[in-house]
Order: sequence, then structure tokens, then C-alpha cells
Amino acid sequence: MIKIEKLIHDYIQRDDEGNAAGTFRAIGGVDLDVSPGQFIAVLGHNGSGKSTLAKHLNALLFPTEGTVWVDGMDTKDEKNLWEIRREAGMVFQNPDNQIIAQVVEEDVGFGPENIGVPTEEIWKRVEESLKAVGMWVHRKKSPNRLSGGQKQRVSIAGVIAMQPKCIVLDEPTAMLDPNGRKEVINAAMQLNRTKGITIILITHYMEEAINADQVFVMDRGKIAMQGTPREIFAQVERMKELQLDVPQVTLLAYELRKKGLNIPVSILTKEELADALMGPAAASESEGSAEDDKAAQSEEKEAPHGNQG
Amino acid sequence: MFDSITLGQYYQTDSVLHRLDPRVKLVGTFVYLISLFVVDSYVGYIVAALFLAAMIFLSNVPFRYIVRGMKTIVFLLLITVCFNLFLTPGEVIWQAWIFKITKEGLTFAIKMAVRLSLLILGSSIMTLTTTPTQLTDALESLLRPLKKLHVPVHEISMMMSIALRFIPILMEETDKIMKAQIARGADFESKNLIKKIKSMVPLLVPLFISAFRRANDLAMAMEARCYRGGEGRTKMKPLVYKANDRIAYLVLLAFAVVCILTRIYF
Repeated sequence: MIKIEKLIHDYIQRDDEGNAAGTFRAIGGVDLDVSPGQFIAVLGHNGSGKSTLAKHLNALLFPTEGTVWVDGMDTKDEKNLWEIRREAGMVFQNPDNQIIAQVVEEDVGFGPENIGVPTEEIWKRVEESLKAVGMWVHRKKSPNRLSGGQKQRVSIAGVIAMQPKCIVLDEPTAMLDPNGRKEVINAAMQLNRTKGITIILITHYMEEAINADQVFVMDRGKIAMQGTPREIFAQVERMKELQLDVPQVTLLAYELRKKGLNIPVSILTKEELADALMGPAAASESEGSAEDDKAAQSEEKEAPHGNQG
Repeated sequence: MFDSITLGQYYQTDSVLHRLDPRVKLVGTFVYLISLFVVDSYVGYIVAALFLAAMIFLSNVPFRYIVRGMKTIVFLLLITVCFNLFLTPGEVIWQAWIFKITKEGLTFAIKMAVRLSLLILGSSIMTLTTTPTQLTDALESLLRPLKKLHVPVHEISMMMSIALRFIPILMEETDKIMKAQIARGADFESKNLIKKIKSMVPLLVPLFISAFRRANDLAMAMEARCYRGGEGRTKMKPLVYKANDRIAYLVLLAFAVVCILTRIYF
């Protein structure tokens, strides 16, 4: 779906007169390969280049060096530009600054209008998209009367209405409260599961990365770590070096293990930890109930986390 | 706190006028305003007033609500009337100290007052029954011929609708900045005009910076959603004339003809 090879991006820094004073390397050699239908999380602290990377996937920025392919199309090729932007939709951080229309349904229709979809088809897509994110009841409302999480869901609906193959979410939850965060992440995960849309979630909340198929950790414009959430969060020391936290439960398990308790290296949920602490007998008993585990995971996200400040 | 603000004073209800195509209402208001300057007799004004009364009746907007919109311009109306009343030269019918009222002045003042009131009521009927979005759509559609003269019609209407969307957001932001400045000892209550203007600077600078930042973000979000100007764009809610709209145009035409006739015969 997305293939990045040796991507380098330099921002040109300008002085007061607007002359180029130097360059700042935001991305220095990134290789990335995402297959269709995956749920990818990109983690990294501020200034690690993750937002710059996101803008490359939507052809909003172009590589200084290297190449980005979206669904086989090179982003540097001018004629692919609009097709790439349609296929790789983007949701930004600030919910207010990406809603264009004064009515929810009109905003969702904005994308299809731009790509010249016939009127009846627009209405069909708007209905479908709003229902997919659970905002159909609010279709006649002004965006100003929605909560942050609802606004972001409208933004996601606006992207789905263009029938993309991939959605890039650039810190969509950074300005939301815990409830709003949960709404947005659940909506994204739902789309990934039911419609098979590739999701690339850029975030600095570790808990949102737990359910990803693959996690990439960025640091100073490079990919510092990559692997499954379990592999990544097992390396607590390395994450700390990169100025990142691991989920609270994982940290607790890590500390317990360091003190000599015999539990596995990577624990992602409260239940896993409880099972590990209760010993193998308890673990095998609860293994059969995968449903419980899922419920537990979403519950886990709901809980307020003190270390996110 | 800004939740209650309705832009352009749209009154939400269902009526024949609400359902009319916004283009008809825009053209209609225009025709009405012109006809107010065409008629020049009491009979003509009566015709215009009756037409307006019929429209108010059809709009389903409570009369009280419409009149409330007039309050702000009562002062302006009074000044105009006074000027006309006292300063028109002609046959004096009443005099006290330096004030004198002439016959011509009296007729002129009455006509002016009626004309202005009808004008304002007439245009507020349009804004009460049409949402700002519909208005910008209508404007875009009606001005489309100007595109041949390289007037960026679509872009102008897009700017208008974005402005409408961001007014409440920026107002909220102003409120926030103001409170932040007050918390740090800024004085917005001063009666002194110069001080008042000076106190606006720490309010406007952050507001402008934030507005530009928002504009930048919004432009990027629009590009990400494939916005590239009016070319090749389809409409989610295209404006289509229906039977009612055609009838409305006929009614308008009839009204305009009657107005011209009153001008000729009275």
C-alpha cells in the first residue's frame, strides 16, 4: 500500500528577509513498507519528524531525496497528485481547522464535491460515511456545536466519503479529552476491521498503539525501532532513551520483573498482568475467553493515565 | 456563550418562503428594493406595503421578531425624518423659533420614513428565511456569468462561506484571549477612548496570529481533500428551480409591473 525508500526531507529555514538561511533535516533516511489493511502506529516525541512523514503520505510535502509510493504511485509525479490525495486521506490534529462547511453533512460532502462525484452519489456516500463513524444523527448540526471527539469523527467521515484505501491520522487525539480520544480511536479501528482500510495512526499516546499490527518509533528523523507492540514495549529502557513512555501496566510489569518476580517480558493489558501474577493455572483458565480480553482492552483505554502530561 | 448567536439572523421554521430557491429570494429582494425607488405616490407605497405584508404572512416568522430587527435603525430613521422635515424649503405650515415645517418637507419626510422602513423590512425578510450558506450559493450561481470577465466567483463565495464558518470560532477565541489578558491585569473597561484603542493591541495581535495559523491549517486540510478551485467540482446541494420558484418569479414580475403602472398613473 505504502512504500517509502530512503526518504529525506529538508525544511528550508529563512531569516527575517526571507532568504534561505539554512536547512533543517526533519527526516533523514526513512524506509517503510505498509501492506494493505494493516493498522500501523507511528510513535515519537515532539520534533521526531512523524508529522512530516505523515504529510509525505498524502503528497502535501514532497521528498527532498528518496521516493514515496502510495498504492504504486510516485508522489513526485504531478499527475498522480489528486489520485494520491484521494486514496490516502488525512485527518489532522486540530478539529476546528479542518472542517470547512457550516453543516456536518455538507462538510462530509466537500471531498466528493471536489473530485467531481455526481450529486446522488455524494448523498449516498455522505450517509454511508456518517453512519460508519456514528455521526448520522448529528448530520444537520453546526460543527461548532459538537464536542472535539465528534468533530474528529466528522473529519474521518469526510475522508471516508472519498473512498480512500488508506487513512493517515496525524495526532488526531492530541487536543481531545480521554472520552473523545476513545471515540476517535475506536472509529478508526472499526474502519480498519470492517472496511479493510489501512490506518496509519501517528500519536504520542502509547495506549493507542497497543492494538496496532505494527509500531514504528521515530527519533530525530529516523526510524529507531519497529515491530509489534509487544516487541516494542518490551524494550522499556530503549523507549525511555527515546523520551517515550510505555503503557503503565507494561511499566509496572517491567518494574516487578526487575525486582525478581517471574513474569513475561511484555505485558500490555491489566488482565495479562493479573494472569501472570496469579501463575500458570489462572492463566490457562482465562485464555479461552478472548471476548473478555477485548472488552478489557477497551476498558484499559478508558482509564485516566497519569503519565501522559 | 456564543452558542446562541445566529449569523445573519436566520429564523428557523418551515414556510413557503423558506423553501423557495435562494436565488429567487435574492432577485426578489433586489426587485423590491428597486421598486421602492420607482414608486413615488401614496398608492404605490400602499401596493409595496401590501406586498410586504403578504410576504411576512407567508414567511411564518412572528411579526414581533421581524420588528425587533428594526430597533437598531430607529435612530437612523428619526434623523433622516427630522432632516427632511425641517430642512426642506417650500410653503411653511408651522413655525417655532428657528424650526419650520413646510408642506413639501412633511410629504417628503413621510415618504422617506415609509420607504426606509419598507426597505429594511424587505431585506430582513430575505435574511430571516435564508441561511447564509444558501445566500452564498445563490450569489455564486447568479454571478456565474461574471466568470467570463475573469471574476473569481467560486473563490469569492468559498471565502464568504469559510468566513461565516470561522466567525463564531474566532469570537470564542477573542473571548478567551480577552480573559487571559484580563487575568494579567489588562484593562478593557476604560472609558478613555485612547486607552481603549491601546488595550485592543494585545488583543488583536494574538488573534491575528491565530487566524493566520488557522488559515494555514485549513488550506492544507482543503488541499488534502482534493480542493483545487471551482473547476470540475460537483455540488452536493445543487440549486434547481421548482414549480414554486417559477410562480414566485411571475408574482415578482407582476409586482414590478404594478409598481411601474402606479408611477405612470398616480
